[in-house]
Amino acid sequence: MAEEFILELKGITKIFPGVKALDDVHFQLKKGEIHALMGENGAGKSTFIKVITGVHRPDGGEIFINGTKVELKGPKDGQSHGIAAIYQHVTAYPHLSVTENIFMGHEKVKRGFIDWKEMHQDAQALLAQLNADFKSTDEMGSLSVAQQQMVEIAKALSSNAKIIIMDEPTASLTKNESENLYRITEKLRDEGASIIFISHRFEDMYRLASRVTVFRDSKYIGTYDVDKISNHDLITAMVGREITDMFPKPEIKFGEEVLRVENLCREGYFKNVSFNVRAGEILGLTGLVGARRTEVIQTIYGVEKPNSGKIFLEGKEVRIRKPQDAIKHGIGLLTEDRSNLGLIQSWGIGRNITLTEIEEYGNKFFTNDKAERAAAKELAESVDTKAVSLFDKVSTLSGGNQQKIAVAKILASDLKVLIMDEPTKGIDVGAKAEIYDIMGQLAQRGYAIIMISSEMPEILGLSDRIVVMCEGKVTGELSREEATQELILEFAMAKSLKEAEKERGA
Amino acid sequence: MAGKSGRTIIAEEKFSLKKLLVRWETFLVIIFILVNIMNSNISDKYLSVPGLFNATNSFLSIAFLTLPMCFVLLIGEIDISVGAQVALSAVLLGISFNAGVPMWLAVIIALAVGVLCGFLNGIIAIKFTELNPMIITLGTQILFRGIAEMILKDQSTGGFTSVKWFSNLYWGKIGGVVPVMFVIFVICAVIFGVVMHKSTFGRRMYAVGSNKLAAKYSGINVPGMRLTIYTLTGLFCGVCAVFASSQMGSARPNVGAGYELDAIGMCVLGGVLTDGGKGNFIGAMISVFLLGLLKYGLGLVNVSSNIMLVVKGALLIFAVMIPHLNLGRFFKKKAVKTA
Repeated sequence: MAEEFILELKGITKIFPGVKALDDVHFQLKKGEIHALMGENGAGKSTFIKVITGVHRPDGGEIFINGTKVELKGPKDGQSHGIAAIYQHVTAYPHLSVTENIFMGHEKVKRGFIDWKEMHQDAQALLAQLNADFKSTDEMGSLSVAQQQMVEIAKALSSNAKIIIMDEPTASLTKNESENLYRITEKLRDEGASIIFISHRFEDMYRLASRVTVFRDSKYIGTYDVDKISNHDLITAMVGREITDMFPKPEIKFGEEVLRVENLCREGYFKNVSFNVRAGEILGLTGLVGARRTEVIQTIYGVEKPNSGKIFLEGKEVRIRKPQDAIKHGIGLLTEDRSNLGLIQSWGIGRNITLTEIEEYGNKFFTNDKAERAAAKELAESVDTKAVSLFDKVSTLSGGNQQKIAVAKILASDLKVLIMDEPTKGIDVGAKAEIYDIMGQLAQRGYAIIMISSEMPEILGLSDRIVVMCEGKVTGELSREEATQELILEFAMAKSLKEAEKERGA
Repeated sequence: MAGKSGRTIIAEEKFSLKKLLVRWETFLVIIFILVNIMNSNISDKYLSVPGLFNATNSFLSIAFLTLPMCFVLLIGEIDISVGAQVALSAVLLGISFNAGVPMWLAVIIALAVGVLCGFLNGIIAIKFTELNPMIITLGTQILFRGIAEMILKDQSTGGFTSVKWFSNLYWGKIGGVVPVMFVIFVICAVIFGVVMHKSTFGRRMYAVGSNKLAAKYSGINVPGMRLTIYTLTGLFCGVCAVFASSQMGSARPNVGAGYELDAIGMCVLGGVLTDGGKGNFIGAMISVFLLGLLKYGLGLVNVSSNIMLVVKGALLIFAVMIPHLNLGRFFKKKAVKTA
């Protein structure tokens, strides 16, 4: 039995400060199989890969390779056991040649010098094996994403990898490029490699994998034969959690439409995105990684420029070229990355809160410290921060308290629309509930709120309406009553499902 | 919406004598006093009104460069082309004057040349955001000095002393006591200090220097601010060129050589660090007088210009190292208050 599985993980647990990223997870990889790994954002897939490659050391559990128990102390150990990972975002050296990228870390050396001739020959041979249409002497940066992935695969082959992990390799590929990747992957399998293929796309799974393992909320849910499981059952496995209503949003009578987006397009990112939001309403905007939700709201906020499309505020078309235009029109953004984009860490909370609106407290030229402090004090108290004084530096606060300050900061402006991008990311449960409470109160005060979130319970609990995106397109809109986890995930994978059905039908 | 807990937040800053004493500026004042004691031991005439004004006039034309340089450093950037901008402005002032242009117009031309040079730096910096300002201004430094040398070769252009009012910009004394340049400098310094600490522009500069992206998301016009500051720097290079020309009565292409080091060194020693977002104007001004008077004192005992260069370099290195020394870190934490 021992030889049946080239890789087996039993009871793997990984704990990061405050979160269990993996909770008693199991996994079995047969020799020469392509095994799909699926799950929502944050299900624990990425951490799992890092445990297999030796980047993270698990806090519990056992890893077996070819039936022998091993301990991976670092990425080098993973490599020496023949494990290689190809990531979605290629981590390469763009200014070096393909050969140098392939042999980075295990260069061929002859008498103390690098043996370029042999390395180029070997690299060329590997590329030929993959039917690559570029040369080993090409500069990495001049290649397309698909070509760069091929280099990564060649790199895995050059180190004699027996277990190859592909993390969302098709996410940024065109259909033809994906097709080529499928062929390469199958070829690798036929030559004896075992492959773990992570993807959000159903068609990837149907096309390649024989078995699929599902993770949900850091836990192992099950392993299924691809032939025997239906789309519906798979989606249920991915989202079938019990949701206890922990964030009731107060019942509010909606006002007039405040913001309307019509056919917003940005080439290469998203296309024909339309939605609207009314006063007192929380609009949930969700989707899987690569759905381009953040890109859409950054465009509305004026950080990026759209190629076409219109934005209406209270019925009137507005032009937003930069964030100050958005703020002037009454649109505020609570960024996902509050520590780098939202707040100035080295400043006290008071100055952070008033920064956007300093002219309001003084005049166009001069600041007015007294008025600023009074306003900052009131705002900081209204969000119930744990900070003691306005001069406490942001960097000394916890994530949850920083987020409250970030909320206080956008409330300093005279806004109509609040865009909140992953408002509870990286925040502990207690602070989460407080943020939800604040959001409910804001809706009651008549703000139109757009909330981007990857967390299903949050989306279902807080949103009055849910807009689901998939790969740059709006694929569905659900009311609070009709929304279920299964429906949302189906829309979030919509494009993928259609293609998968086509494939199955064919 | 009121907080549920009803917790209140302190909104007043507590005065603390200890905090005041460990401020970097306090340390600078001590050194400043030591330098003055040294100078008065060197020369009997030093500690008198004419003696002190005589001393300050020796470095105040460079000090005009530290005013905008504070802003440049505060937003986390650097401009090492200021010396060359001074040279180009001075040379064009001289050329224009000797071509028959009235002196008042020549002065305006010099200021305009500075503004143009600074504007060019700014435009490059905001159009090519990936370029490091150090590299941009290193390039323009060579360009500006090159143009100045191309125009004048190794000649000089002079005869400015024939215009009395121009000569008086540097040499003139109000009531026979207070130098004209000193008065102009104090007025400019007060304006810069107020802008840095009391204006919305100043607060936004601190924001940009602390975190450019957060500043952008807070609705601050970062490119506009950068362009303004580089252009302002150019204008004050023109001002410096005017005073330097008034002092020497002539202009050569090598005027202003090394001024960038003096200006940056004065700011950095004053606590306006090259990391951006830190420092205060008073510190920079104390440092201007400290370094200026130190140089004057060394000049009095006939320390050769080569040794002076060594002292200058060593001081600059010391100044940039301070925040990274353990002792310096202690000072920096307490002294440089941005919040």
